[in-house]
Amino acid sequence: MKKRFRIFIYMALLAFFTWGSVSSAQDAALIEAARKEGKVIWYTSLAIPSSTVFAHFFMNKYKGIEVEVHRTGSQRVLQRVMQEASAGIKNADVIHTSDAGHFVLLKEKRLLLKYVPRAAEIFPAGFKDPDGFYYGLRATLSVIAYNPKVVTDKDAPKSWKDLLDGKWRGKEVTAHPGYSGIIMTHVLALVKQYGWDYFKELAKNKVHITQSANDPAGVVASGERPVGVNGAEYFYYKTLKQGNPIKIVYPKEGVPLVVSPTAIANAAPHPNAAKLFTEFILTKESQQMLADKEGLYTGHPEVTYPKDKPMLKDLKLLAVDADELEKRNAEIKKRFVEFFGA
Amino acid sequence: MEAVGRLRVGSRRGSRTWDRTLPVWIGASLFLVFLMLLPLGWIFVTSLRGEEGWGISGYVQVFTQQAFLRAIWNTLIISFWVGVIAVVIGSLLAWLVTRTDLPLKQTIRALVMASFVTPPFLGAFAWTLLAGPNAGLLNKIYRSLTGSEEALFNIFSMGGLIFVMALYSFPYVFSMIANVCELISSDLEDAANILGANKLRVALTVTLPLTAPALLGGFILAFLHSLSLFGAPAILGLPASLHTITTQIWALFQYPPRLDLAAAFSVPLLLATMLLIALQKKILGRRGYSTVGGKGGERRLLHLEIFRIPTFVLVLAILSLSVFLPYWILLKAALAKAWAQPLTWDNFTLENFKFAFFQYGDTQNAILNTFKLGVLTATVGTIIAALIAYITNRQLLWGARYLTFFALAPLVVPGIVLAVGLFIAYTRPPLVLYGTIWIMFVAYLTKEMPIGFSQAETTFKSIHPELEDASRILGANRLGALKDVTAPLARAGLIATWCFIFIGVIRELSASILLFTPKSKVVSVVIFDLKEEGQIGVIAVLGILLLLVSFLVILAVQWVARREILATRE
Repeated sequence: MKKRFRIFIYMALLAFFTWGSVSSAQDAALIEAARKEGKVIWYTSLAIPSSTVFAHFFMNKYKGIEVEVHRTGSQRVLQRVMQEASAGIKNADVIHTSDAGHFVLLKEKRLLLKYVPRAAEIFPAGFKDPDGFYYGLRATLSVIAYNPKVVTDKDAPKSWKDLLDGKWRGKEVTAHPGYSGIIMTHVLALVKQYGWDYFKELAKNKVHITQSANDPAGVVASGERPVGVNGAEYFYYKTLKQGNPIKIVYPKEGVPLVVSPTAIANAAPHPNAAKLFTEFILTKESQQMLADKEGLYTGHPEVTYPKDKPMLKDLKLLAVDADELEKRNAEIKKRFVEFFGA
Repeated sequence: MEAVGRLRVGSRRGSRTWDRTLPVWIGASLFLVFLMLLPLGWIFVTSLRGEEGWGISGYVQVFTQQAFLRAIWNTLIISFWVGVIAVVIGSLLAWLVTRTDLPLKQTIRALVMASFVTPPFLGAFAWTLLAGPNAGLLNKIYRSLTGSEEALFNIFSMGGLIFVMALYSFPYVFSMIANVCELISSDLEDAANILGANKLRVALTVTLPLTAPALLGGFILAFLHSLSLFGAPAILGLPASLHTITTQIWALFQYPPRLDLAAAFSVPLLLATMLLIALQKKILGRRGYSTVGGKGGERRLLHLEIFRIPTFVLVLAILSLSVFLPYWILLKAALAKAWAQPLTWDNFTLENFKFAFFQYGDTQNAILNTFKLGVLTATVGTIIAALIAYITNRQLLWGARYLTFFALAPLVVPGIVLAVGLFIAYTRPPLVLYGTIWIMFVAYLTKEMPIGFSQAETTFKSIHPELEDASRILGANRLGALKDVTAPLARAGLIATWCFIFIGVIRELSASILLFTPKSKVVSVVIFDLKEEGQIGVIAVLGILLLLVSFLVILAVQWVARREILATRE
């Protein structure tokens, strides 16, 4: 209760300060236009609790503009966007997935609106599309995790290769690249490091398959499978913070870094609200909230992180190229299914 | 569904002169034919139109690739065993309830009804919490009792999948066998008794053979039911690397979608169901029940004596697998912070309810859509089913009996296959229904037509046409007679029809999963979505909501129907 109260005070203060800082005439016009539209529809792959909190954060600040959240896995978001585009349905305003390759594809198919948010100026180059179509909303790591009630620290896997050990047979859980953009990126990063043989070996351990990169956290915490061979670090962290038995391992050989872009749909039915929302999610306060409340990393250079999380600069990060992700999307899904069976 | 076996062409009645109400009958008939032919037509067309032009390359791919073949094989094995287990459980319960002095029969019937109403995907989800190999509560109890390291039961396996699907398929067999058992008179059993056979022998050598056609029919029904399920295999099979035909079709819709392959893969499923339905009809039709001599024969109950209570306990144990245990774990998961921990005060929370109803944006919209669709489909479905049943029953049109075929045809179309066809048909002009709830409406209407039609047909069969004839002689036209005479008499039956369709709709997943868009999400789809992200508490809340509404509807309808029956008697 105390904690929630603190967060409330914190958010109230933030709201107070930010109100003053974005009060140019241009902003006022955008807010006005967005209010007239009254709504923004967000297709997102950000975890359900996180995206819900975020939507309420926005709605509290801009009363009268509703955020309609449609959350599913990255690959499903893309499927939906493409299906709707081919049926001529205009529904999505803002699109956010964890598969940077999607945005290469969407841009190429002219489904995105070019928009340069003022808030994005401060972001490093890796978080911005040079042509101005999409921006990195958050950075997620894909990590190893284990349940300390079941697995001792001494026994626990420390590196990606440790997961191949036969002693973990029937004890591991993975998420699916056919659903999650984080896992799509994860697989490509590790394939580039170790080749497909790595996953072929891993599959021999009869790994339990879940869909979302957030699902392994629950599976590990309940002890159903004590070792997560991948998964969204922020969700493991959140689950841990709720008092569940989870330990996160950031392997020394490298941690896949997933920059998840956000963009406005070309056919957005509420373009102004979409712009306002995009500006909002890239502001320092929003980005700071993602770091504080959701345990995420962001591209915003001024954001600070919880003390019990490692700094990104202290980790060896494995980044993958968005173009390569786009090109190899089908291949990755196909081979994963081939090895893991579903 | 039971009506498949008793399709019969009624006597030729009704006037052959021009009837001003004819357009209504023709309209309803054309609508039904259109409803069925459009999606199926598109499936055949699409299955032959691959990426490189016309040809059978889709079929070649589907029948040569290892993954597809494995999915077909898995499906056949699973459905076979589901059929076997469902028949064993269903017929045992049916026999006990109808032919023995088992206590609390009404309660047992109600519990079987509860298993029937429980959506299989919800049951599958509950069983992941009960019998996951490591965290599953039953396995935990087993380990703490025996000190064993191993799990008693791994629900994420083919065996687990068969088990859960059988739990939610046996009610179909039950209702079929119970109907038959209620008709068989005790004469033959008495004869065997007098000739010195003991009770077990009588049951095995007399009663069993008499019910054999129904048993086989029940097997086919359960087989078909499990063939068409999507949610349970997706929840229990996919984590264990197990694809079935339905999950494979669903996977083919992922980006980049391969509609041609999905369509080609739908065709074998379609053919298999057609074949089985034809077989079932043949078996049930040919054998008939030579013993069914009206209600004349006496039916006496078998006394279980010392086995009475043990048998009752066994029955309760079986039903606890499909009802008590899953419901209990859902309730627990809904109220707990950590579902795997004991439900103490520290672990108690109402957050899941708060989140599900007030914070998570999808819920309210999905609940609204679900009930809108439920009421709409049930109402329109009942009207159309009643009209069609009326036409076929009173032989109003030439070829009316072929309408029966069309009304029952969706039986052979698994929900996901229907959805493939509807998706292809309605994502292109002139009629773009995709993106609205109307495409779901069409899917549900088509899918529920057989149940609605069978119910309505039974109702009309029981109302003799002479009442109508009397009113027509007095000057009413056919529609008027239908409205003022037949409809009031048929009301109780039609209310039951409405109820069946409504419950069928609110639990539908296999077609919805391909047809929904964010605006037209329904509760079952939201539950599936949440499952993919592992939001256990919220799923439990929505699952409980779905169950509660189903039961309330059933109770309300029973109450109304009972009053109706009393009223007509007076």
